[in-house]
Parts: sequence; structure tokens; C-alpha cells
Amino acid sequence: MSNEATLHSHQEVHGSLEHDQHGNGHDGHEHHGTFISKYVFSMDHKMIAKQFLITGIVWAIIGAFFSVLFRLQLGFPDTSFPWLSSILGHWAENGHIKPEAYYALVTMHGTILVFFVLTAGLSGTFSNFLIPLQVGARDMASPFMNMLSYWFFFIASLVMMASLFVQTGPASGGWTAYPPLSALGDASIGSKIGMDLWITSMALFVVSQLLGGLNYISTILNMRTKGMSMTKMPLTIWAFFFTAVLGVLSFPVLLSGFILLLFDRHAGTSFYLSDIFVAGKALSNEGGSAILYQHLFWFLGHPEVYIIVLPAMGIVSEVLAINSRKPIFGYLAMIGSLFAICILAFLVWAHHMFVTGLNPFLGAFFVLLTLLIAVPSAIKVFNWLTTIWRGNINFTPGALFSIGFVSTFISGGLTGIWLGNSSIDIHLHDTYFVIAHFHIVMGVSAFFGMFAGIYHWFPKMYGRFLNNTLGYIHFWITLCGAYLIFWPMHYEGLAGMPRRYYDYSTWESFKQFAGLNHFISIVVIMVFATQLLFVFNFFYSIFKGRKLTIANPWKATTLEWTTPIHAGHGNWPGEVPEVHRWPYDYSKDGVDFIPQTVPIGPNESEH
Amino acid sequence: MSGFLTVLVIVLIFVVIFQIAKASEYVSILKGEKKARQQSNRINGFLMIVFLVLGLFGAYYCNDVLKDKLGPGAASVQGEGIDTLIAVTLAITGFVCVVTQVLLFWFAFKFQEKEGRNAFYFPHNSKLEVIWTVIPAIALTILVAFGLKHWFAITSDAPKDAMVVEVTGKQFNWLVRYPGKDGQLGSKKFKLISDVNSNPVGQDWEDGLNKDDFMSNEIHLVVGKPVKFIIGSRDVIHDVGLPQFRMKMDAVPGIPTTLWITPKYTTTDMRAKTENPDFVFELSCDQMCGAGHFSMRAVIVVETQQEFDAWAAKQKSQYELANASATPAPAAGADSTASKAVAIAK
Ligand code: HEM
Ligand SMILES: [Cu+2]
Ligand SMILES: [Cu+2]
Repeated sequence: MSNEATLHSHQEVHGSLEHDQHGNGHDGHEHHGTFISKYVFSMDHKMIAKQFLITGIVWAIIGAFFSVLFRLQLGFPDTSFPWLSSILGHWAENGHIKPEAYYALVTMHGTILVFFVLTAGLSGTFSNFLIPLQVGARDMASPFMNMLSYWFFFIASLVMMASLFVQTGPASGGWTAYPPLSALGDASIGSKIGMDLWITSMALFVVSQLLGGLNYISTILNMRTKGMSMTKMPLTIWAFFFTAVLGVLSFPVLLSGFILLLFDRHAGTSFYLSDIFVAGKALSNEGGSAILYQHLFWFLGHPEVYIIVLPAMGIVSEVLAINSRKPIFGYLAMIGSLFAICILAFLVWAHHMFVTGLNPFLGAFFVLLTLLIAVPSAIKVFNWLTTIWRGNINFTPGALFSIGFVSTFISGGLTGIWLGNSSIDIHLHDTYFVIAHFHIVMGVSAFFGMFAGIYHWFPKMYGRFLNNTLGYIHFWITLCGAYLIFWPMHYEGLAGMPRRYYDYSTWESFKQFAGLNHFISIVVIMVFATQLLFVFNFFYSIFKGRKLTIANPWKATTLEWTTPIHAGHGNWPGEVPEVHRWPYDYSKDGVDFIPQTVPIGPNESEH
Repeated sequence: MSGFLTVLVIVLIFVVIFQIAKASEYVSILKGEKKARQQSNRINGFLMIVFLVLGLFGAYYCNDVLKDKLGPGAASVQGEGIDTLIAVTLAITGFVCVVTQVLLFWFAFKFQEKEGRNAFYFPHNSKLEVIWTVIPAIALTILVAFGLKHWFAITSDAPKDAMVVEVTGKQFNWLVRYPGKDGQLGSKKFKLISDVNSNPVGQDWEDGLNKDDFMSNEIHLVVGKPVKFIIGSRDVIHDVGLPQFRMKMDAVPGIPTTLWITPKYTTTDMRAKTENPDFVFELSCDQMCGAGHFSMRAVIVVETQQEFDAWAAKQKSQYELANASATPAPAAGADSTASKAVAIAK
């Protein structure tokens, strides 16, 4: 990346910003913008980040609440909860959730958390917030597209929300929405209008992801400030970069899969349908392949899990280094493993399909490539461990959640090695073992990464701190709770207990886990309550939190802390600072930290 | 009323926690930020060790409580290899898990912020990085090698003398068809399916091979004899899950799949082994297939050849059932089973 190009684009931003501020009659000057232009249709990446975050939090509460509801069924199959009938109406008669409602809740829980919370709420928030601030840009490459990205997400959210209230209920075929179940309204009540709304919402969501992703990539490639070469970028930015690349390359494939599904549903095509007898008659469709959809789905689906976890990895790397007062260990190896994960993520999708009748020879390649992806994951873990080794760790809530992330990423990543080996997967596929695996490695870890990010950058977002004590309570209960919930599930899976079952009491092979399910459900309720404590802390602290009095509270080296406490649109009131060094000069030559903006001294070696 | 009280109590607990949190913020201002920071680092550092110890003990305790609920191990020859592979993988990943978790929480505790401590500037070290790239790579290669060896063994063609059972999934039960005396399944077409005419899988009555095929609610297998399942579905995707045999295969409409196993123990053997007189082998549906998914259960009886022959001799062929009665008898139709599923749910 030549400096010239960087400089040039830098001037362009300046120019376009000027235009924004003075040329736009109805918008007025940014700093005295109307409420609408400042808080609603804002083009400031910082405001858009907060919009993503708050929308994500709202969805997280809904999605998590759904899990409480269906865990009530699993944990207390014989107890009647009259209030369920009050909120769910005919979906829960006599205080018991019906199977149809159970599957709708499970499906919505998965969709909401995977896409709306851990994709939009995590990458959407932090890519938006940190990319311009940390690379030294005044905003995204296209602030307008960026704004559209949020509003497409918002409309997708509205459509999904609406689907909860239609008469036949929302989609209920699982977050993976496999046809023919998802294609045939006659096969499942959730595959009626609810499924159309689901597909519409997801299509809008894909548009939102593409608008966002293209913006993140072009901003990172073109709009870095002077001196910010690619290898001087913080690992957060590298992680967001690879996340965006994964999304831009794989979401369109998912969209194509959805469009074919829509055709099968309404246009009489047979992409996924063949030899089907449903509702008392044989359908005319022949020659389609239900497995084709799974290929299209998992071609996104696997990269998607890394879309979720890479931003968390980036955030954790940054927060751990800062709070250990040490450089991240193996910066280049960290980038290298992110890169390897990004490539391999596209080559392992069929490990979700070992038991579909996939050619065993083909399956063997997917075993090999899947276990290969564990190598870069292992490198990252060892590098994090070495980062805190001989550090001087300050346990901020952000640091605690980062340590928690490393713990859960280890626990959940190791079970991936079990599942990636097809011979073992043939037993464990679609059992609670898989539930345990991906909730620990993706669900809990990604949430921990997100919490680390929120606690760490909250002062930059709102000029106030979150309450620390509540943060500590939040962390310790959540960490213990997560393990109590998901660790024992491995045993259920080893016994072959299938996932997505409404009731196990008639099964001689699985009913011995009734007591365990009861226990898990109780912990779920307590952990859920603790998350509400966090939500309260979040909104309370926006208005009443302890005020930030210095610009750089964590003594960090990166550029976002060189902006004023309440940075306006454009981020830096004066020139964008120039960068002279990598972002990890902590405790170098006995100096606690050296900001990126400080030139390399005459006798100083670059890292 | 009790619901209201619960909410009230929870809200009260929230308020108390919040007041404490708020107060601790003021106290830290009074005490001085530095002191408060030292104190919170000491507490959290200590909790790191507490968590590590409790976590290791908890994992042990969890295993102790739950290991007896896993059943007595694989009940098929193929499954035994899978159990071995699981044991090897558990040994390797379990070791790595304990070591890394201990290091993580121990480092966190040991290197907590202390006055006078200086962090060690240690940005990279090629030797270390090569070591922890190569060692996992080797360990994984070993696991892949063992895994694939077994994978090819269990996905190979079934032995020639294997008995054949056809299993067809439908919402929400399993249709089991045996080839009868001729040992060959007759052909079928999905357009011929008719629940009212007792032809649930769409057998083609023109095909002579169909004359002796019989259907059953239970699956009967012979101990020690390889069995090949021919798996299909007539509506959505289901999955033939055989938890005790450690095997699984999707049932996909339009695309037949197969799997084969060799049962090692009879149902009676297993009752003795598990000391559970109610023990049965079960076929579970392992692919989300609609509202009755959780009720798609079939019982598998593993018995001696003699017992099997006696049972098979008693079965009426589906051809007879479908063509005997002049007035078509309503067989288990899609609707009646669906309502059964929901009935079970209640
Ligand atoms: C360490 C390397 C990993 C390996 C070898 C691995 C392997 C696997 C395999 C083979 C499956 C399929 C299991 C089955 O359905 O039978 C699976 C499921 C899954 N994994 Fe991983 N995994 C790894 C890490 C991750 C990470 C980092 C994430 C996310 C952050 C993740 C998220 C998931 C999810 C969401 C599923 C289940 C999807 C579903 O069926 O609903 N995995 N993993
Ligand atoms: Cu995957
Ligand atoms: Cu099913």
C-alpha cells in the first residue's frame, strides 16, 4: 500500500465531509444536526455502530427469552405454567407449550442469535465503530451505504418480528431451514406464510451484510491514515477484515439457496423436491435434490460461524494485550492464522453433512480439511496464553471476559476435533453433543468477545463507564452458568440423545437425563436473569455512569483514544494523526505504553 | 399470585445488587482509585484460582454422576471401533484441555497486577511458534489417520450375506419392510403410495418380487449377522439414528441411502447387561422433520436366528393385506399418526 494512495484517499474523505457539512441544506451542520439526522438516519459510523448494538441487545433479550421458554418444556415437562397460556395464547394450552410452538421458538432462537445478534450485533457494532477510529479515517468509505446497511437490517428485523405474529406462526423448521420441510406448507404449519417472511427477512439481512461488508473492506484497504501500513493495524481490524471477506463471498450463496427455495415453494420448480407424498397425495415434483440446499446453506453456514467468532477473536486479542500491558504474542502468526481460518472456512462445509449419504471418499477430504482448521485455532490459543504469561494483568470486566473467551474457545474448539472426524460424527451428529460444541465455542465465546468489547469501548462510545461491580458479577455468574449448562450436555450427546426433541419421556434410551434437563433449565433461568442485570447496567450507564475524565482511560496505544472524549462526526477535530509504529508497544524498554502516533526513537528498534 | 411474588422477589434482588454496585463505586472514589483497583484485582485473581479448582473438581464430579447414564457401550461391531476412536480422541483432547485451562487460569492468577511488577516485552519467538504449530498438526494427523481407516471400514459395502431391511421415514413414524423369503425387495414408486389401500411405501403389485415382502412396526435383527438398511423417506428428510449401535444415516426423499451394522448382543443380553428389564434398542429420528419429530420412534429387537425365523414366519405379506380385503382397511395414515404424536405430547 503506497503512502501516496493513502494520502490521496484521505484528502478525498476530507473533501466529501466538507461537502456534507456545508452543502446539505436540510441536514444542517453535523454538530447541530436535527434529532433525525443525528440519531436516526445518521451517517456517522459511531452512531450506526450504536444502532446496531442496541438493536442487537433487543434481539438478544428476545432470543434468549425464547430459550428460557423452551427450556421450561425440557426441564419441567410435567409442570403447567398458566402464564405461558397468557402470553402465547393457543400456542400453549393448559400451561404447556405445544410441539408446534416449541419448534417455532427453537427456530427463532437460533435464527435470531446466529444472525441478528452475533452477526449484526457483534460484527455490525464493532466493525462500524472501530474500523474508522482505529485505521485513522473520518468515516467509512461510503457513509450512505453504511447507513443503508443498518436500515436493511432494521427492515429485516421488522419482517422477522412480524412473522412472530401471523396466525400460522413463524418458521419452525430449525435455523437451517432444510427443505422439503421448509418448502411444503403441508408438511409443517411453520412452513406456511411464516417461512416466506423468514426468507424475506433473511434476504434483506443478506443485503445489509453485503452493504456493510463491502464498506468495511474498502475502508480498511483504502482509507488508512498516513503511516498505517497493513501490518501496523490492530488485530481487531484484521479480524473485521477477514470477517467481511467471508461474508461478502458466502452470503450471496446463501441468498441463491433461499431464492431456489422460494421458487420451489411458489413457482412449482423442483430444485429440492423429489418423490414426495404429503397430505395424502403424491406431488408431481421429480428429480430435485434436497441435499443441494444443504450444500448451499453450509457453504455460508460454516463461514458464518467464523463470521461470528473472528470479531470476538480480534477484540479479545486487543483487550488482553492492553490489560496485560504486553504486546500480543506472535502478531504475524495471529494474522496468518486468521488468514488460514478464512481460507479453510470455505473448504469444510460438508462436515455438517457426513450422514446425508455423502460419498465417503469425498467425506474423507472434508475430514482432513476440518481437522486442519484446528491448527490455526490452536496457534491462536497458545498465543493468547503466552500474551498473558508474565504480564501485569489488570482485571477490568473486559479483561475478565477475554479470559473467559479463551477458556470457552478451548473447551468448545476441542470437541470440534471429535465432530470433524466423520467416524465419530456418525454417532454424535444431531445430538446434544453438537449443541454443547457450538454453544460453547460459538455462542458463549462470541458473547464473551462481545461483552469484552462492550465493557472496553463503552467509555469511547458514551463517554461514561459501565459499573464495574455489576460487570464482575455478570462475568462470574455467566462463566459458571455457561459451563454448568453446556458441559453436561456432552454426556447426553454421547448417549445419542437427539437435539430438537420436544419430549424425551417416552424414550427408554434418553429418559434417564430428565433430572439433568431439570437442572440445566434452572441454571438457564438464573443466567438469563444475570444478563438482564447487564442490560440494566448498559442503559443506566449511558445516562448515569461514572464520567470519563481522560481521553485514554486504559492507557492504550491505538488511535481511537487520540480522539476527544466526545468525538464528533469526522472523529478528529484537527488533522488525522500519523502512525509510526505497530499497536502493541506495551512495556517496551521499560515504558508502559507508546501510542502509535509516537515516532520511533533514534535508538529504538521496531518490534 | 405466586408468579407475582416471584417477580417481586427477583426485582428486589436486582435492586439490592444494584445498590451494592452503586455504593461500591462511591466507596472506590472515597478510598482512592488506586486502592480500589488493587482490591478488585486481588479478588478477581483469587477467583481465577477458585474457578480453576472448582472447575476441575466439577468436571470430575459431572463425569462421576453421569457416566452410568451412558449405557454399556456400543452394541455393534462397527460401533466398538467408534467407541475406541472416541476414547483416543478423549485422551488427547482431554489432556490438552486440562493443560491449557490450568495454564490460562494459573497465569491469570499469578500475573495479576502488582505494584512494582513489570510486564515482560515478548512480542514473538519463532521457535515456540513452530513447536505449537507442528505438534497439533502431528496429533491431528494421527487422529485423521485412525478416523479415516475406520470411516472407510464402516462405509464400505455391506457383506454379501447381509440381511436387508428397508426403512422409510414419514411424518411421524417409520415404515419397515422386509424382503420376505426370496430375499429381494420388490420395486416401488412414490406415485403408488396409498395409505387407504394399505400400500404405505408404494409397492408395485405388478412386480412379482413384491408378493412376499412384509411390513412391520418393529425392526427384528439377528445377533451376529450383518444387516443392511436401505433408507428412504416419503415426505421430508428424516434420519435413522441407532444410538446403541453408534450409527446414523439420513432418510432423504428421492435419494436412497444405506448403512450396515452387525449387532453384537440380543435385546435379552442387553437387559442383563444394563440390569434394566425394560431395556429396548430404539430407532430415533435424528433430523428435524416437523411437529412430531420427537415421537418418531421404532423398537428394534435383536434376537437369535431361530427366534427371528419364527417371527418372520408369522408375518403376513403386505400384498395379502392390501389385496385381501375387498373394502380397503384404513391403515396407519399420515393424519392418524400425526394426531397420535400430538397425543403423546399431551
Ligand atoms: C476447532 C475447530 C472446529 C472443528 C473441527 C469443528 C467441527 C464441527 C463439526 C464437524 C460440526 C458438525 C457436527 C454435526 O452437525 O454433526 C460442527 C458443528 C458446528 N460448529 Fe464447529 N468446529 C470447530 C470450531 C467451531 C467454531 C470456532 C465455531 C463457531 C464459532 C463452530 C460452530 C459450529 C456450529 C454452529 C455447528 C452446528 C451447526 C448446526 O448443526 O446447527 N465450530 N463443528
Ligand atoms: Cu462447520
Ligand atoms: Cu424427525
